[in-house]
Amino acid sequence: MSRRFMQGSEAIAEAAIAAGCRFFAGYPMTPFTELLEHFAAKLPAEGGVCVNAESELEAIGMAWGAVATGARAATGSTGQGLSLMQESISELVRAELPLVLFNLARGQGDYYQATRGGGHGDYRHLVLAPVDLTEAVQLTQLAFDRAECWRNPVLVYGDYLLAHTAEAVAIEPVAFDPLPSKDWAVDGSRSGSGSPRNLNPIGMVPGKKGIEPERFWKRLQAKHEAMAAAEARWEAESTDDAELLVVAFGSVARFTRFAVRELRAEGARVGHFRPVTLWPFPSEALAEAARGVKRVAVLEQNAGQMIDDVRLALEGRVKVVAIGGISSDDAGFGVGPMLEPERIRARVGAALAGREVQP
Amino acid sequence: MSDEVLRSDRPPESGATRTGEFKPTLQLGTDHDLCAGCGEPLALRTILESIEELGLAQRTIGVIGIGCYTALTSLMDLDLIQALHGRAPSLATGAKRMLPDRLFFTLQGDGDMANEGLQEVIHAAARGENITCVLLNNGVFGETGGHMTATTVLGQRTKNTLEGRDATQHGYPIQMVDLLAPLGGTAYAARGSVHDASGVVKTKVMMRRAFETQMRGEGFSIVEILTMCPTGWFVPTAKGPGYLNEVLGAVHVTGEWKRDGRLLRGAEPEAPNEAKERGAV
Repeated sequence: MSRRFMQGSEAIAEAAIAAGCRFFAGYPMTPFTELLEHFAAKLPAEGGVCVNAESELEAIGMAWGAVATGARAATGSTGQGLSLMQESISELVRAELPLVLFNLARGQGDYYQATRGGGHGDYRHLVLAPVDLTEAVQLTQLAFDRAECWRNPVLVYGDYLLAHTAEAVAIEPVAFDPLPSKDWAVDGSRSGSGSPRNLNPIGMVPGKKGIEPERFWKRLQAKHEAMAAAEARWEAESTDDAELLVVAFGSVARFTRFAVRELRAEGARVGHFRPVTLWPFPSEALAEAARGVKRVAVLEQNAGQMIDDVRLALEGRVKVVAIGGISSDDAGFGVGPMLEPERIRARVGAALAGREVQP
Repeated sequence: MSDEVLRSDRPPESGATRTGEFKPTLQLGTDHDLCAGCGEPLALRTILESIEELGLAQRTIGVIGIGCYTALTSLMDLDLIQALHGRAPSLATGAKRMLPDRLFFTLQGDGDMANEGLQEVIHAAARGENITCVLLNNGVFGETGGHMTATTVLGQRTKNTLEGRDATQHGYPIQMVDLLAPLGGTAYAARGSVHDASGVVKTKVMMRRAFETQMRGEGFSIVEILTMCPTGWFVPTAKGPGYLNEVLGAVHVTGEWKRDGRLLRGAEPEAPNEAKERGAV
């Protein structure tokens, strides 16, 4: 398939449609707005529907209804809008509905929101953090596949740079293994049958009084533990003889990976580790990559969030330092001065030399 | 009526907790989990019987809000989607857009629709979504034990308005059908009451008419049903229907408010046999 020069938002929308997404609902917000625009422009021609929802609360509600019918559906926003959707996300997990969510965020300050969430109760969902457009096209398709495989929402977490950078990219369809049939989806056909379906988040069964919440929630816990064991994804390079291991995710990892490659070419013993899934966090792979290193440096564009998962993964065996920090443009969209190859290289270089990096 | 209100917040002691020996085909049992004297099982029957009579049993999906009536889902022989409190109109919107030839109804209480989810139902109506929203209005949060909602009438005692709803403290009730009927996307709007047999029959006519409006693709429909909640009103079970009619019914006026896109503002619905002659969709 030929490559086209297009903005991240357009490529993600096309990848979603290629994966069979036929419903989208959203509410404009920078830098997510263009994703909504592209779905609005492209979905009708594919027999799909894009609704301009009056709020993020309604956007995720509409997508919830669409996905309950068995359709592939998605919604999204910027981190602020995702905040409004938290209640629904936690309930969609418990209702076991495979909704795909996009957070095209302002910087990386939504790591906790993405991986811990602000919803109620015990719930987990995959979080995929693409490093660039080519990977975003793949991970968008993967998101729909994994969502249906586990009957669980999946979040694709990108940022302003991913959404607004234009690159030459091909929408290559990814081949996945066949999925089980969606006999859980409601289409009205089982109404009047004596055994209808009730898609609910608390274990209600038609014809049966009462609920068994403990049994229901423990079953979900077991599912989430199986997801955690099966779905960790990461990229590690130059880790074998490294003294310093740099850990970064998303667009920021594109800068750190570039700096590490430059320094490695100059003979520095530095490696790079990038979680592709933020939940489940690839803890075992990181522990393996960090074996023998003197120091692990975490560069994230926030006050320090992923560093918690890095420390949990390494269990105190290696010194972990923060070399990133809050960095923003004047509008607050998270395109900060830190994101310059020279500055990133200087921060990695300082960590390599054992110097402290001021955030 | 108000002087007969018990100065008590204890639920009434006894009464029927069965939906009746006769049950609609789409009802899975005859026992319900709600209080004696509750009006919601009656309201449910008007929905289930209308679906059945219109021949839409294998094409219907309910989207259920959160309140006492959520427990009625165990009785419903229907494919269902459980929504969050207030969010049912959005879920029904997304599902209906994917399955436009099915009948979709939401089941919501006044706390669900008029408090938590007011913007949802207004936007769904304004968009002219081809769905039917059903409001079970008893003027209280029944499930929590009788607290004030946005439809509680002035003077009504609730657990957090013990001296009665006072406009200077708690504002005025919202009349949902009156609010939604004038919107451009609303094709059908009516308010019924299940306080007596005649009210139940008229409510069922409204329900059928709303479903027919939806299946003709004419836009949004709303049927509000006034239901008894003696527990939440702190009145004896047998006094529930009278209290509903005299106290809530005086403010939330029954009748058809919009039909075929024309505003009627509380007209009596035509006789049920006339409605039957219009035939199923």
